[in-house]
Amino acid sequence: MNFISTHLLSTILFFPMLSAVVMMFLPKDENKLFRWFAFVASLVPFALTLVAWFQFKSSQPGFQFQETYVWYEAIGSSLHLGVDGLSLTMVLLTTFLTPLAILASFSISDRVKPYMMLFLFLETGMLGVFMALDLLIFFVFWEVGLVPMYFLINQWGSANKDYASLKFMIYTMGGSLGLLLAVQMLGVLFGTYDLVTLYERWNSLEPGAILLGMSVHTVKTIAFWAFVIAFAIKVPLWPFHTWLPDAHTEAPTAGSMLLAGVLLKLGAYGFLRLVLPLYPAEAKMFAGALALLATAAIVFGAFGSFGQTDFKRLVAYSSVNHMGFVVLGIAAAAYSIGTQDATIALNGAILQMFNHGLSAAGMFFLVGVIYERTHTRNLEEFGGLFPLVPVYGGILIFTSMASLGLPGLNGFVSEFLVVRGAFPVLTAYTAISMLGLLFTGAYILKGIKKVLHGPMNEHWAHGEHKLTEINFREIMVMVPLMALILWIGIYPAWILDVINKAVVMLF
Amino acid sequence: MTTETLIWLIPLPPALAFFLIVLFTNKSKALSHTIAVGAALLSWLGSMIVFVRALGVEHLGEHPFESSINWLPTGDTWLKIGVLVDPLTAAVLFFVAWTVLMIFLYSVGYHNFGQPAGDHDHAGLPPHGATIEEHGHKHVVPSIEPMYSRFFAFIGLFAFGMFTLVVSDNLLTLFVGWEIMGLCSYLLIGFWYGKPSARNAAVKAFMTTRVGDVFMLLGIAYLYSATGTLSFREIFTEEVLHTLATIPSGVLGLSAAGLIGLLLFIGTVGKSAQFPLHVWLPDAMEGPTPVSAMIHAATMVSAGVYMVIRMFPIISLDEKTMAIVAFVGAFTALFAATIAVAQNDIKRVLAYSTISQLGFMIAALGIGAYVAAVFHLITHAFFKALLFLGSGSVIHGMEHGVLHTGNHKVDPQDMFNMGGLRKKMPITFWTFLIGGFALSGFPIITAGFWSKDEILADAFGHGHIFVFATLAIAAFMTAFYTMRQITLTFLGEPRTKEAEHAQETPWTMTTPLVILAFFAVTYGWVGIPEHFPLLGGLVPNWLHEFVGGTLAEHPEAVEFSPWPLITSFVVALGGLFAGWLVYRNINSPAEDKLQISFLKNKYYFDEIYDYIFVKPAIWVSEVLVSAWMDKGFIDGILHIFGPATGGLGSFIRNKFDLPVVNRFFGDGTADVTYWFGGKLRAVQTGRIQQYLMFALVVFIAVGAALYFFLLA
Repeated sequence: MNFISTHLLSTILFFPMLSAVVMMFLPKDENKLFRWFAFVASLVPFALTLVAWFQFKSSQPGFQFQETYVWYEAIGSSLHLGVDGLSLTMVLLTTFLTPLAILASFSISDRVKPYMMLFLFLETGMLGVFMALDLLIFFVFWEVGLVPMYFLINQWGSANKDYASLKFMIYTMGGSLGLLLAVQMLGVLFGTYDLVTLYERWNSLEPGAILLGMSVHTVKTIAFWAFVIAFAIKVPLWPFHTWLPDAHTEAPTAGSMLLAGVLLKLGAYGFLRLVLPLYPAEAKMFAGALALLATAAIVFGAFGSFGQTDFKRLVAYSSVNHMGFVVLGIAAAAYSIGTQDATIALNGAILQMFNHGLSAAGMFFLVGVIYERTHTRNLEEFGGLFPLVPVYGGILIFTSMASLGLPGLNGFVSEFLVVRGAFPVLTAYTAISMLGLLFTGAYILKGIKKVLHGPMNEHWAHGEHKLTEINFREIMVMVPLMALILWIGIYPAWILDVINKAVVMLF
Repeated sequence: MTTETLIWLIPLPPALAFFLIVLFTNKSKALSHTIAVGAALLSWLGSMIVFVRALGVEHLGEHPFESSINWLPTGDTWLKIGVLVDPLTAAVLFFVAWTVLMIFLYSVGYHNFGQPAGDHDHAGLPPHGATIEEHGHKHVVPSIEPMYSRFFAFIGLFAFGMFTLVVSDNLLTLFVGWEIMGLCSYLLIGFWYGKPSARNAAVKAFMTTRVGDVFMLLGIAYLYSATGTLSFREIFTEEVLHTLATIPSGVLGLSAAGLIGLLLFIGTVGKSAQFPLHVWLPDAMEGPTPVSAMIHAATMVSAGVYMVIRMFPIISLDEKTMAIVAFVGAFTALFAATIAVAQNDIKRVLAYSTISQLGFMIAALGIGAYVAAVFHLITHAFFKALLFLGSGSVIHGMEHGVLHTGNHKVDPQDMFNMGGLRKKMPITFWTFLIGGFALSGFPIITAGFWSKDEILADAFGHGHIFVFATLAIAAFMTAFYTMRQITLTFLGEPRTKEAEHAQETPWTMTTPLVILAFFAVTYGWVGIPEHFPLLGGLVPNWLHEFVGGTLAEHPEAVEFSPWPLITSFVVALGGLFAGWLVYRNINSPAEDKLQISFLKNKYYFDEIYDYIFVKPAIWVSEVLVSAWMDKGFIDGILHIFGPATGGLGSFIRNKFDLPVVNRFFGDGTADVTYWFGGKLRAVQTGRIQQYLMFALVVFIAVGAALYFFLLA
């Protein structure tokens, strides 16, 4: 026990990976064993995260549970882990969603062992990004997460999987080339990749000084955009978003859950962990541009979603819309850093990341539930299914309403905070983004209308095509999600207080 | 229990009922309605206790019941939420609790509790009746609603939303209740979701009100950032109001207060179905006939008016905003009344009359008649609830007739299929008559008269002649179409077989009618102006004293003038008489001269909106954004990278690797070697003498070269 308490983060981080390795040696063709093994293995990090959550002292500045190991001494990079209120929230989201995603995958019967192993690898990859306090380690985990996801889409995806997985992989990797260069530059300049050191030394450079033959200002501007583009693709921000509908739609259900639930947050987390602290001046200068792209994501994301006929694509586009609010909040905070508006906007943005993780994962899962039964995602082929699957229908409406931002559920709180924070600083953009909020309603209702309501499509009512009700395991995937959605909607302070304190101390 | 604790508890029972029914008791119809009605009863009880205690507090406006908790951390401070009962809340709580309880009770009968399950009923469609055998012969009786439990769950959540909205001490939780009701109205309008018309109406209602909601959200954000709080009591201080009134907003020359007021008001325009966002309410009649209609008409739409009344101290700071409010209200009052005249569906007439009456309240607020607006809000809630429940009862009776004759082509909601129902359904008739007269403003007796008269008196007394005239004409038309409705429905002789076989409804439906009829009459007496001839001063003008106390400055009662009073008398009695005169002998739509297609089609607003908003939105989504921008343009650019990289690769291969590296260096070297090899092959003769000869030559040549270079 003592080992765990001193190595809490590294245990959380590497447990899934080690479990995956152990899994490799399990006997062949024991699908049931693989499923339960992976599920239990993913519960351990979650339990430990809860320990961390309750031991975490939210009022204490700086990073907690820090651990440092030698990794690559020659270039000054070490495995430095640590969390603050911002990253702990994301770690909680990741370890919470992964078991659910694995539980959701119990219906997979094709090559179960590698599938489950990839999920566990993926979890380590995602957690690493949130825990890393070393730029190079950050980058390594950033890229590590791509690989399992690539194979999950490429091997277990639906019809257009090759195109989607390639687009996802190439686009994200291409985007992070600039990030890699910029990270290298920082490392070369200061001889260390340690974030805590870099925060100080990078920001204490004189803006007029000469660096690499250019003024510090120019260097910073270039590096800023290198960071921003990598993260903007991941979030994704308009116009870098078109990989998302393809990847989300083609991925297996649980893959979409984590893709939307956690992977998108990596981009937003990059903005918060690296861009804002490392480039406060540049972020302020280009806040307008960021806000423009965020607003475009909100508005076009909503329109795009409304224009789909594929249920899963509709949900995929909704992520563009919702993540736009995250970046809008970040842009507003960048512009007004240090004020109460900035704090509120960031509170909203971070909570929105968490909330979107819950509702998007839920929505993708529900799309998966019906896809598994009907083998179609075409909205025109459903219709009037509510009487056939009343429980599923109720759950779908509940989750849809969370996604829509209905007050009383979680999405509203964060969207309200973002709007409130952004309104005084980015008034016009906030006003325009309301158009997106309006159409959020339109696409959510379109989904419900086409699937549940209307005259029943008799095809699904009888015989071999008869639609079966959501089963117990599937309900168990949704129950924790719905409980959190409701809990945050009614009493957000339990999580928002942690976020708020972190934001106040960070910015 | 302290009053504050009690106030916190008021909204909870219906919410609890919702969860209990959805999660546990949905299989048992009796248990579900018991839980729901019980919850409504608890909330009603709590509300009445709070109301009575509020009456006992002197200067309640200055010392209201309030209590709050921290909810959202915002840096060093917290956004607090809480409950507040001041005179306005108390007055609204009173009517909300009563109407909600009545609806719950009524729903039991309306959804045919105790009747057998239908022969061919499906979840998602209205029940079609069940065949039973009695005394040896078969006949068809109404069947119970297949989704009976679900209905009670939904109205439970609805009631939770309304109570939350009313007891909120801040704009944020008010908005929470507001939106929850929006959701419930969506679910209830689309309750029979199997009908495409119901499904579309539900979406239309949600989307139309959402237009208003996003503006309202902006208004809330603006107010919050300008004042740092959303709590009513903190905003309505002289200091804050003064600041809001003096800083310019930079939009349309409005002050900050003006713009905030306008944005919030747009929310009301959506929720209370004011022009130009009125289009959803008539379609909302697709919901289970009277009940959801009643909820939309008497409860939820009241929420919109309640919100602007609540925010009156801010809205009234800017004259321009007030003028807009007054204009929208007055225009809507008249506009909707003209449409109501040409409707034949008993519920649609009431729907338009609701829009029109809400216009009265909005107009009253716009001219600063605070108390009059509250007064009309309350009386209207009572008599309109009564009318909607009454119309539901009528339809129920007619459906009975339809089941009896088996002719399902007869529309049980079309007033031209009715007639003479006063004999068949006496309780429904008398209560409906009371409700109708209250709506028309039948002088002295009915509550509607007193509240409407006060609005007219205020408009006249404060010199808003335009508003006064518009509302007076609207009031005349109101009386006219109400009497048309009563005449066509209840008077004369039955025009169809179905009407002949109509039947009075069960006690669960008629009891609420009687109770609401009581309030539709008596509630007017609490607000009789002091200077009213003869009656004034007999009973104190309690309402004015009590509700007026909500405002920091107690509003002055308007001076008595005979002209608005005479106008009230003339328009109400004249309209009623004209309605009776015209329609007493009309038996079919063909004889009705007011069936003008322009009015019947509601000025073609649905078609116009479809053409300028809905269709373009779909085009933008499906074609512009999805197809052109994302698939065409952005992916087009991305797809250049693939071929471009491939092209670059094949260029390098074909123009460099193949010709230069492969052909020239690679193959070239090989060729040269091969060529030499070929030439050298001639040497390989296999004759040992020649080899030795070559060896000797080479030996001498090398030896000579070594000697020459190294030793020489």
